[in-house]
Amino acid sequence: MFRTALRNVLAHKARLLMTVLAVMLGVAFVSGTLVFTNTISNAFQNSSAKGFDQVDVAVTPESQEDKGNTVGKTPELTQALLDKSAEVPGAASAIGVVDGFTAIADKDGKLIGGGFQSQGGNYWGDKDPRYPLAEGSAPRGANQVAIDSETAERAGYEVGDTVRLSIDGPVLKPTVVGIFTTDDGNVAAGGSLALFDTATAQKLFGKTGTYDQIDVKAAAGTSQAALKSALDDALPKDLIETTTGEQLADDQAEMISSQLSGLRQGLLVFAGIALFVGTFIIANTFTMLVAQRTKELALLRAVGASRRQVTRSVLIEAFVVGTVAAVAGLVAGIGIGAGLRELMGTFDATIPAGPLVITPGTVLTALAVGILITMPAAWLPGRRAAKIPPVAAMSSLHAQATAKSLVLRNTLGALFSGAGVAVVLAATTMDGSSGQAPMGLGAVLLIIGVFILTPLLSRPLIAAASPVLRIFGVSGKLARQNSVRNPRRTAATASALMIGLTLITGMTVMADSLQQGIDKMASSALRADYVVSMANGNELSPDVDRKLRALDDVTASSPLRNAPSRIDGETEYLTGVNGSVIGELTDLPLDGGAFRVGGTQVVVDDDTAKSHGWRAGSSFTAHYEDGKAQRLTVAGVYEGNEMIQGIMLDNGTLTPHLTDPTDMRVMVKTADGTSEATKDALEKALGSNPAIKVQDKKDLSNEIAQMFTLILNMVYGLLAMAVIVAVLGVINTLAMSVFERSQEIGMLRAIGLDRKGIKRMVRLESLVISLFGGVLGIGLGVFFGWAAGELLASRMATYELVLPWARMGVFLLLAATVGVLAALWPARRAARLAPLTGG
Amino acid sequence: MTTASSPRLRPGVPPAGRATAVAARATDLSKIYGQGETQVVALDRVSVEFRQAEFTAIMGPSGSGKSTLMHCVAGLDTFSSGSVRIGDTELGSLKDKQLTKLRRDKIGFIFQAFNLLPTLTALENITLPMDIAGRRADQQWLDSVIQMVGLRDRLGHRPSQLSGGQQQRVAVARALASKPDIIFGDEPTGNLDSRSGAEVLGFLRNSVRELEQTVVMVTHDPVAAAYADRVVFLADGRVVDEMYRPTADAVLDFLLRFSGGVDIGGSAARPQTPEFDAKGRTS
Repeated sequence: MFRTALRNVLAHKARLLMTVLAVMLGVAFVSGTLVFTNTISNAFQNSSAKGFDQVDVAVTPESQEDKGNTVGKTPELTQALLDKSAEVPGAASAIGVVDGFTAIADKDGKLIGGGFQSQGGNYWGDKDPRYPLAEGSAPRGANQVAIDSETAERAGYEVGDTVRLSIDGPVLKPTVVGIFTTDDGNVAAGGSLALFDTATAQKLFGKTGTYDQIDVKAAAGTSQAALKSALDDALPKDLIETTTGEQLADDQAEMISSQLSGLRQGLLVFAGIALFVGTFIIANTFTMLVAQRTKELALLRAVGASRRQVTRSVLIEAFVVGTVAAVAGLVAGIGIGAGLRELMGTFDATIPAGPLVITPGTVLTALAVGILITMPAAWLPGRRAAKIPPVAAMSSLHAQATAKSLVLRNTLGALFSGAGVAVVLAATTMDGSSGQAPMGLGAVLLIIGVFILTPLLSRPLIAAASPVLRIFGVSGKLARQNSVRNPRRTAATASALMIGLTLITGMTVMADSLQQGIDKMASSALRADYVVSMANGNELSPDVDRKLRALDDVTASSPLRNAPSRIDGETEYLTGVNGSVIGELTDLPLDGGAFRVGGTQVVVDDDTAKSHGWRAGSSFTAHYEDGKAQRLTVAGVYEGNEMIQGIMLDNGTLTPHLTDPTDMRVMVKTADGTSEATKDALEKALGSNPAIKVQDKKDLSNEIAQMFTLILNMVYGLLAMAVIVAVLGVINTLAMSVFERSQEIGMLRAIGLDRKGIKRMVRLESLVISLFGGVLGIGLGVFFGWAAGELLASRMATYELVLPWARMGVFLLLAATVGVLAALWPARRAARLAPLTGG
Repeated sequence: MTTASSPRLRPGVPPAGRATAVAARATDLSKIYGQGETQVVALDRVSVEFRQAEFTAIMGPSGSGKSTLMHCVAGLDTFSSGSVRIGDTELGSLKDKQLTKLRRDKIGFIFQAFNLLPTLTALENITLPMDIAGRRADQQWLDSVIQMVGLRDRLGHRPSQLSGGQQQRVAVARALASKPDIIFGDEPTGNLDSRSGAEVLGFLRNSVRELEQTVVMVTHDPVAAAYADRVVFLADGRVVDEMYRPTADAVLDFLLRFSGGVDIGGSAARPQTPEFDAKGRTS
């Protein structure tokens, strides 16, 4: 039996190639994802472990919670604590660590790295064990800096060059005196690191005389745990926390793998979709193979093979195909994994070097997925094959499509779809976060429901296309009838396309709607011409606002100063603004009262007001950072949005209570409005600081748009996979139709339908099936896009449903293209069939 | 060896006074498969004419080339040498497209396995050749054809709702509906019981008598052949004889006698079994 099965595998090469390809694509996706994520997490883990070589125990301040009416403060790690740590028994040495955001500009004045990994710190003494110097010497004094070798190489800096740095506003221009190498994970991941001498670093990062962390090195023979307990005994417990180096490395590794798990899950979801879609193709292919071999299998039965043997022969065939495809998929997946890493590299996201990691788990998963998907998909056709009566060997007829009733199927489908729609609709009435889970559940139910219902839906939807098909005469008419002839098969084929297009459309609707909402938010709430902020979202020095205000062009400017406070025993962040001009810079609709900010008069956004039960005229007591309290009055309640919200009070009232005031953004209005010249002038006034962004409304919404576009493009790319699989599915189905109807086609040829007519018939059938899948997918996608939007709208006031008609048109065209492409080969095959000769 | 040297039997002579215009003619028609040692001669310089308004049956043992002859004359298959004319058209020089058009416009087909499209109704199946051509059916003619085959109350049914005999009547109507110059039937009664077979053959004979159709039919059944005006006998790729106004007995006699010279299997000797050829294998 095994030999017979093996012969069959080899006998139908072209068709098997498609099955293998379908399984292979899915497996490649899964294994590629695993290889890629394993490789980068391994690389990150290696580099982070190395990064903690010099730390046996880290001493960090124990953060204090906000209590009662006081804003919690972080205790300081003083020089005294450092000295004490170094003298603990078992300690060899101790290093004080100071760090903070430090942007480095390249030679063109552009920020190196994305801004998120621009780090600065202190170089400890003359020879810091953490940072071996490759060139030059240790930095000394305010005008010297050492930079990491990768950044130096990237920007072309050498010892002796002057670099432009920015910490929280003012531009610094120190000289590079040293270039060091480091295992720092951030640097490995494409960030930059600039080191100053300890005193300079403390001053620059606003931590004069204190440290962020103390790294203690154990003496030879002392374990990390022993050192940790010694430190715990010696240092004030309530102020500090100690952590061993091993623990730090573990924590970081865990953090990295949890960060990567999101990416991994996302990729695996797409792999799952590709495999899901692939299952139908495999099932279709085996159905076809079995149909083609009806006579042969019947002959086997006639000469004495049992049903089980026939089923087994089909399953053996599936096993061989699954194994071959899984191995091919694994190889392709390893390629994909390596390719993805390269691709990430070109996007400036450097991933630490490391070997390609192919774990036994990956190999097993790939093989299991390939074989476990193929075998069950082949099982049903295999059973059908076994049911072929031996007498079929004697007749010339092929196995007829089962005309089983669809009643059960339709009932089940209606139940699923109904439940899905109900759950999704219920979820839209919930608010953002709590609605997510039910919405996902509803979406899955609805997709399954529609999936089950597609045979039923195929009739009316395809009938709707008949006026168009009539133009094509007999070919069109026959195409329409052929496409509803085996509703199950048509449904399975169209579903493959449907799932891909549902996701693409849903994502697009959501992204476009969000974009619209953001545009609206940026343009409607803001009257300011420019918003100035830090590249990485860090805080600005108040110096920035002072400099801007001094410009002649600037007619009004206000910082958004951020400060914690305690109100009614809860932490509330206060936004300090320039009360006299804030009304000119923003355009916030009022829910009540007046937009008046000054003295003890504040305005509050509607959400905050609601949570405290405030209205215009209410008053409350705010406890500031410095422990002082003040009675404030709500002058007005405004409708907040993502950019501007919270309690706004005048900086004249707030700033005296702050030890180190910092601003989130500065809003600026200029005499000339927005123009390139004005923007240049503002940038210049800020010293052409690489870390500071001057953005008009358009820049703001573009920046956010960019993020969506990136995600959307990634999704499109991944879903292209599903579409390719769908094309294979349509080819398979058509090939099957052509094969099953070869006698009919021969008859049509005999009574006078020419080759062109036959080709057109097959193509139109393909087009009808593909468009059917496309219309279903786009319909479902719009519904999901709308529903997900309802959830978002609860969190974003300016959200509004946008239906991207043009884009949807493109998707429909894509479905049509799939149809046309998929029909190329089957149509040619059909046209080559000879006119019917025999009976 | 030539046909002249073969044994001949003439139970009837060509009827006088009938139209003698030729609907289709094969001259020195040869069809050879393969090359060298594996070469098989299916048709060996066959010359035969099919006159208008005549019902011709082609008979012969398995492998005699009777189906091949029909396929070549009907423009379904290519031939190696010689010539085939349908009316004034020489088929040998036609490309596939022109052949298709010729079949569509000038030729009707009736197959052994009915070959109706299951998705179309009876009426749609009947008008299919005209639909393909994009022509309107001649309603009066269509009515008389439908009347003749007695399908008036079955037009809306699909093939699966019709009996075998009814399906073949639809096929006959389809062949007649476009008023072709000539109709070819390939064992048109092969899949039917004797009563339905008689009905279908009756329609074919009527269409020749009353509608002046030309019909050529391949069969192995002497009873079916008896409906024809003339029987052409083939053996080994050659025309070995012909018979006008045949009767079932005369045809059977001929076949039995002929089997003395050519081995056509023992079953042909039993008069109660008209099939001397395995069912389904017609060439």
